[in-house]
Amino acid sequence: MTTPIPQEAFNLAPAYAEVTLIIGASLLLLVDMFLSESKRSITYVLSLAILAILAGITFADFSAGTTAYTFNGMYVNDPMANLLKLATYVAVALTLVYSRQYVTQRGMMSGNLGGEFYVLALFAMLGQMVMISGSNFLTIYLGVELMSLSLYALVALRRDNHKATEAAMKYFILGALASGFLLYGISMLYGATGTLEISKVAAAVAAGTIKPAILVFGIVFLVAGLAFKLGAVPFHMWVPDVYEGSPTAVTLLLGGAPKIATFAICIRLLVEGLLPMAFDWQQMLMVLAVLSLAIGNLTAIAQTNLKRMLAYSTIAQIGFVLLGLLAGVVGTTDRTGIATAYSSSMYYILTYVLTTVGSFGLLMLLSRSGFEAETLNDFKGLSKRSGWFAVVMTILMFSLAGVPPMMGFAAKFSVLSAVLGTGQIWLTVVAVMFSLIGAFYYLRIVKLMWFDEPTDTAPIVAHGDMKFVLSLNGLAIVVLGILPGPLLAMCLKAMQATLAT
Amino acid sequence: MMQSTISTLPPYLSLAIWLPIVFGLIVLAVGRDTNAALVRVGSLIGAIVSFAATIPLITNFNNAAHGMQFVEKSPWIETFNIYYSLGIDGLSLWFVPLTAFITVIVVISAWQVIQKRVAQYMGAFLILSGLMIGVFCAMDGLLFYFFFEATLIPMYIIIGVWGGENRVYASFKFFLYTFFGSLLTLVAIIYLYRVTGTFDILTWHLTPLTMREQIFIFIAFFMAFAVKVPMFPVHTWLPDVHVEAPTGGSAVLAAIMLKLGAYGFLRFSLPITPDASHYLSGFVITLSLIAVIYVGLVALVQKDMKKLVAYSSIAHMGFVTLGFFIFNAIGVQGAIVQMISHGFISGAMFLCIGVLYDQAHSRQIADYGGVVNKMPKFAALFIFFSMANCGLPATSGFVGEFMVILGAVQYNFWIGLLAATALIFGAAYSLWMAKRVIFGKVTNHHVAALVDVNGREFFMLGVLAIAVLVMGLYPAPFTDTMQTSVADLLTHVAKSKLP
Repeated sequence: MTTPIPQEAFNLAPAYAEVTLIIGASLLLLVDMFLSESKRSITYVLSLAILAILAGITFADFSAGTTAYTFNGMYVNDPMANLLKLATYVAVALTLVYSRQYVTQRGMMSGNLGGEFYVLALFAMLGQMVMISGSNFLTIYLGVELMSLSLYALVALRRDNHKATEAAMKYFILGALASGFLLYGISMLYGATGTLEISKVAAAVAAGTIKPAILVFGIVFLVAGLAFKLGAVPFHMWVPDVYEGSPTAVTLLLGGAPKIATFAICIRLLVEGLLPMAFDWQQMLMVLAVLSLAIGNLTAIAQTNLKRMLAYSTIAQIGFVLLGLLAGVVGTTDRTGIATAYSSSMYYILTYVLTTVGSFGLLMLLSRSGFEAETLNDFKGLSKRSGWFAVVMTILMFSLAGVPPMMGFAAKFSVLSAVLGTGQIWLTVVAVMFSLIGAFYYLRIVKLMWFDEPTDTAPIVAHGDMKFVLSLNGLAIVVLGILPGPLLAMCLKAMQATLAT
Repeated sequence: MMQSTISTLPPYLSLAIWLPIVFGLIVLAVGRDTNAALVRVGSLIGAIVSFAATIPLITNFNNAAHGMQFVEKSPWIETFNIYYSLGIDGLSLWFVPLTAFITVIVVISAWQVIQKRVAQYMGAFLILSGLMIGVFCAMDGLLFYFFFEATLIPMYIIIGVWGGENRVYASFKFFLYTFFGSLLTLVAIIYLYRVTGTFDILTWHLTPLTMREQIFIFIAFFMAFAVKVPMFPVHTWLPDVHVEAPTGGSAVLAAIMLKLGAYGFLRFSLPITPDASHYLSGFVITLSLIAVIYVGLVALVQKDMKKLVAYSSIAHMGFVTLGFFIFNAIGVQGAIVQMISHGFISGAMFLCIGVLYDQAHSRQIADYGGVVNKMPKFAALFIFFSMANCGLPATSGFVGEFMVILGAVQYNFWIGLLAATALIFGAAYSLWMAKRVIFGKVTNHHVAALVDVNGREFFMLGVLAIAVLVMGLYPAPFTDTMQTSVADLLTHVAKSKLP
């Protein structure tokens, strides 16, 4: 019982953003060839300009609120995709602004290297957009690979730095393994249902004629692959090492936007494709979520390296995202309940990305030529070195801890509300208790900044654009925390539209 | 309970909440240590204006009206049906001006003492004041929680930045203890939303709940409020935090922040889960009596003045929770009066200790003695507040405790008797401390070097002393405003909500 899909075989309109990006990124590569090192800021400005154009295109689609399929149903442009893509642009744009000085000072754009950092970042983003919009197993896999390959190269960009090289190796091997899991799961499902198209898979599964054993087997691999990409326990081992080893700018590219894209494929694969099997994958997600909350929060306490701490914090935050994902009550005809649950998860991931991007941005603000700010001690006495940026970091940390009036509270609240909607009170209590533990290490950063004397007294030097954007980033966390309504409503609307098709 | 009508008055409650916050943000934005004098004057103006903005609440309050007054309601987060909904009744009325008033006093008390990061200190207290007023005014569950939690951030910073030697430990203990309790409350709030589809507290009051649900919700609320009050056995954070907090922090903590928890009992626990409240009242009364008697005895043996007053706060708050859970009008009214009065007295006690500490840099009782010889004016005030602290008739401390004991005797003679013994302990620890610190011969050169209070200190303590006296001699304006609301609350709580 497939619903008729309004499709044209080869309509490019729904993919205009991707088309623009691929042309733009290729042109950028060409232009950059002719630029000397001193003029690299042109590449920077052009990258941001491309992002601005994309934002315009996607925003127009989002305001129209339509759902359009193309390439024979392999590609979809719906409100959810638009919203997530907009968030991706924001995340990437923030990353580029924050890392401009950082990458220049670390020779990531000199010598043999040109503006590859920007081009690779844009190609990784293209991969994410394909992931977000893929409605066919192969399209999604293509997106995953495009993103991953660009990111592997980015991690290895500082090839004379042994830590970065090690991180690149780890990331590549484990990333390849994860892709393998994903692909294996996909092949199982293909074998069982005979189709790669997500809507047809959903129809085949709903028909109930397929042996559940083989489906569950496929789902296990699929979930494992997704958990790898998200960095959920027990598939999290690569996260701290890669976060720590990569140049901070690249860590930000890994830890920000890709999570949005991975969230999108979770929705596409699990919710759109396998909703009738929700009972099975929800159990798996629950184990992943509880373990991630536990291991992430407990291990973060023991870290002295801030990048590792934020890595474990990411793992814990992913636990919350998974909680939202498993909270759709299935089996009822009440679609709004499901949409609320998934939109809470979506809101959480947007919050998480905005907050994390800001925190790593602050790390880069404190770093300078020949000095990496990455241990807890580097934050000592920040309030005396720069009162305003101490306030920004305080906002970010309280947001991660989920204290009102920050955005993190609204996110945590909406996820908890969704989980409680399934009647699993114990799960809600577990989640809040682990966030209590989490509050400790976020508070510790605040303590270092405000209560301690500075050990590092070097002045904070940064471009004006970075300072400005970082301030906006911090303020956005508070403003969106006090007035979370519009964004929550947008997430809900987008999710409803996606689930309706 | 009663349905509220939207008032046509100006948004007094919003003003009371947001004025101090805006002033605080301005002070933070423009203040530097180089223009500290300007910051102090600006903060004082901000605090006084904010206090003045709460006066119309008292003058326009209708004692006879049922339900909420000064109601404001507008949509806030529509996806979850959350409203920016404010209102006060006789239970919460006095805490709004009290908070603003204590903030004025705190700003004055910091005038000379705080020399570093003046703007941040003043800004934090102004913002904190607005947030705490928000807790008392919020009529939407999530809005309440929003303010309730947000108060932790400025207080955490205040303790950690301006506190004593062990301030880091104290600030973490404060934050994590209270965060623990309130997270469970968040679960309960969301649960109530899931059941009713709204965050409106007045609707929650009417929602039927099974006994099982009520008990779980009661316990979840209890975790947050009992920690905040604090009740035995989760009181252990308070003495540590008081000792390390700066004077202003201690004063606000004792005077207002503890009341947030007690107020939570009135607004949430009793009316939302009346059956569970009755069922578990024995438990709460026992804990309250332990607080009153055992913690009173603990206070007796303290060597540190701040710790002593902290323990005495716990004992006094024990009267408050006792008054709530004996379910009669005089008990509940007495408890609310006790909350207000304790706000004045404990605030004043901490300020007094602050005055001594600023000069002699010690909180140990043993380091003092014979202060009266050097600081006669101060000694008079100190003795007065100590008397008030042990409930001397004609001071506000007497009214609240007497009413609670009266209520307790009505409820059960033996409980009343046990509570009454606390008055003896109260007198013992307060007066014994006063005797050791104030009277006798000058014991050492630190004391010999003390100089009496200056005009500023005399003014701030004097104003508090007048407040204590007025409330003690003529409590009728206070009790009159709360009569209707307390009666409504008790009728409501007397009805079973079991489906």
